[in-house]
Amino acid sequence: MTTHTLSVLVENKPGVLARVAGLFSRRGFNIESLAVGPTEHDDVSRMTIVVAVDELPLEQVTKQLNKLVNVIKIVEMDPTASVRRELVLIKVRADMSVRSQVLETVTLFRAKVVDVAPDAVTVEATGTRDKLDALIRMLEPFGIRELVQSGMVALGRGSRSITDRSLRSLERTA
Amino acid sequence: MSREITGAQSLVLSLEAVGADVVFGIPGGAILPAYDPLYDAERLRHILVRHEQGAGHAAEGYAQATGRVGVCIATSGPGATNLVTPIADAYMDSVPMVAITGQVPSAAIGTDAFQEADICGITLPITKHNFLVHSADDIPRTIAEAFHIAATGRPGPVLVDLPKDILQSATAVLPGDIWPPTLQLPGYRPVTRPHAKQVREAAKLISAARRPVLYVGGGVLKARAAGQLRTLAELTGIPVVTTLMARGAFPDSHPQHLGMPGMHGSVAAVTALQKSDLLITLGARFDDRVTGKLASFAPKAAVIHADIDPAEIGKNRVADVPIVGDCREVIIDLIAALQAETRPDITGWWRQLDGWRRTYPLGYDRPADGSIAPQYAIERIGKIAGPEALYVAGVGQHQMWAAQFISYEHPYTWLNSGGLGTMGYAVPAAMGAKVGRPDAVVWAIDGDGCFQMTNQELATCALEGIPIKVAIINNGSLGMVRQWQTLFYDKRYSNTELGTHPDPSTRRPRRVPDFVRLAEALGCVGMRCESPDEVDATIEKAMAIDDAPVVVDLIVHQDAMVWPMVAAGASNDEIRVARDIAPDFDYEEL
Repeated sequence: MTTHTLSVLVENKPGVLARVAGLFSRRGFNIESLAVGPTEHDDVSRMTIVVAVDELPLEQVTKQLNKLVNVIKIVEMDPTASVRRELVLIKVRADMSVRSQVLETVTLFRAKVVDVAPDAVTVEATGTRDKLDALIRMLEPFGIRELVQSGMVALGRGSRSITDRSLRSLERTA
Repeated sequence: MSREITGAQSLVLSLEAVGADVVFGIPGGAILPAYDPLYDAERLRHILVRHEQGAGHAAEGYAQATGRVGVCIATSGPGATNLVTPIADAYMDSVPMVAITGQVPSAAIGTDAFQEADICGITLPITKHNFLVHSADDIPRTIAEAFHIAATGRPGPVLVDLPKDILQSATAVLPGDIWPPTLQLPGYRPVTRPHAKQVREAAKLISAARRPVLYVGGGVLKARAAGQLRTLAELTGIPVVTTLMARGAFPDSHPQHLGMPGMHGSVAAVTALQKSDLLITLGARFDDRVTGKLASFAPKAAVIHADIDPAEIGKNRVADVPIVGDCREVIIDLIAALQAETRPDITGWWRQLDGWRRTYPLGYDRPADGSIAPQYAIERIGKIAGPEALYVAGVGQHQMWAAQFISYEHPYTWLNSGGLGTMGYAVPAAMGAKVGRPDAVVWAIDGDGCFQMTNQELATCALEGIPIKVAIINNGSLGMVRQWQTLFYDKRYSNTELGTHPDPSTRRPRRVPDFVRLAEALGCVGMRCESPDEVDATIEKAMAIDDAPVVVDLIVHQDAMVWPMVAAGASNDEIRVARDIAPDFDYEEL
């Protein structure tokens, strides 16, 4: 099985997330990561869905997704032609004895400290999955107290937009 | 100040504006506001059913008989959940239906209020789409969108959930002023025009095929393309098989018709698909009941697959030429493209097909004890009521026999629950069909098991003047399950005996319930027939009654089985024409 990233433009309406998520589970697919947020158009939200699935079932799930009335457009993001980012917040043990080492690691990864306590710091980092995994590995020896990660978001490289055409059709119907 | 109406009035006016003439339903607390304006509605007839499941199946029957959207209405909570089975049924069989449900007031949603159920959540996987309405202003547009989604593309059920306070609130948006409302469905764009290049590719394959078969599914009926199909078939001379959902799409009497494929299909139809080199698949979906074991289905065939739903193409079987589009337009374009192509000689193929057809016709045995063969009873109903009548089956043995032994000459004369296999479909669906086609004779062919699930709608039929005819093919048991127990469970008849027959040990009639008396209690005419020589007279008597619903209790032999049969999960090559009897294929490669 290979990992695929789908960018899905949906109508910004209540219940759409449940429709999309329900479709994946119903057809037997596991969502690895999911990020949802507004777009430059108020009526449209964009979901970035990472799913590990073979080529043929992926085609089937994409077609089924397309049948959802609230789904406007689906594009599979080519890994080589898109920018993908995740965000992680890590609360890591850092008392005075190791604090400088922790901060050094944070600097190395071009992450930043966003909160400080006497015995811990909270680190914010963005990047690709690989980079974040490496950072987490490096911080683990100090003791990770808590960790939260966003789903992946992705955007195609270059000047083209996947929203342009769909939004034009939206404006026509509005 | 501008005129204002209530959300409930808006609902009724919108239903009238969208062209609905009948709704099947039952009132209750949350939907009650809608029933007040419904009381005065002149163009909209409400038929009060006895159970919401009946309303749903009636809406399906109406839709399948007329091609128009069927409408059912129920209250919140249990009213809505009782619609779940017919909604799932309509989803599986692509029946255009709009279900309207009351919901607890907006402020109470999510509080486990009395008669609250999250019906939008519950029906998410079994509706084409559903709506929870948030403002009375949105009612006309939502109703218009619901009907549009239900009827276009691949048809299906749409649910509209209306909180009670929305129905009660005032709105200045008058359906009459804004009709037709502007639909706001940016993500809904069904493709109906087939791609010209794909059609040309298909025409090329058809012109080169030596053993082609037109594999016709329910999509051809949905596209109202029976006439075009006949033109295509006659132009090419290619044999036709019609699936359970497509019976009537091509005349059974037509010499090119090989019958129904699938688990209980004819040997000729099943074998034609198996030995074919090209399946011209029109509005069919390679259902497991048709393909048997998928890996060995039609192993040598290339596949042209035309369907309006892109997700069906390649779902079960890879298509060599996929065509997304409405079957009617696909067939019209194919006919045009084929005019230019040469016609291959398929007389060798026909020689084989005719051989299978001759050697393995559909048939059945007369029971040795002189009781009625169920197939005979059904065959006679078909002969006496004729091809203009509508036949509505439940699910099980009687359904398969009704598909096999009645000759369907016209589209929309055969209604059944194919995908979901819903026992209890027949009586309420027949009721809906009769409402939609009041001039047609409508026969429900039902089983004694199925009949006991939904027969209360006969009270509706009796009171509302809906004179359907019901034949209970009474074999005293859950016949199809019993058949599987006979074949696969060592004749251990666990919980399939229904007691509607005489007791096998005492030979005394149990008849619980007594269907004749039950029919009479429900305001219908009840009759019984227990001997083959009374079958015709009984059916004719039933045919002569036109002012009341009729129920005929046909006591048939318990051990009759549906043949041919491909066991579940087996390859279609393993078809049996009777128990342990496989056809002997004298097959030469062409």
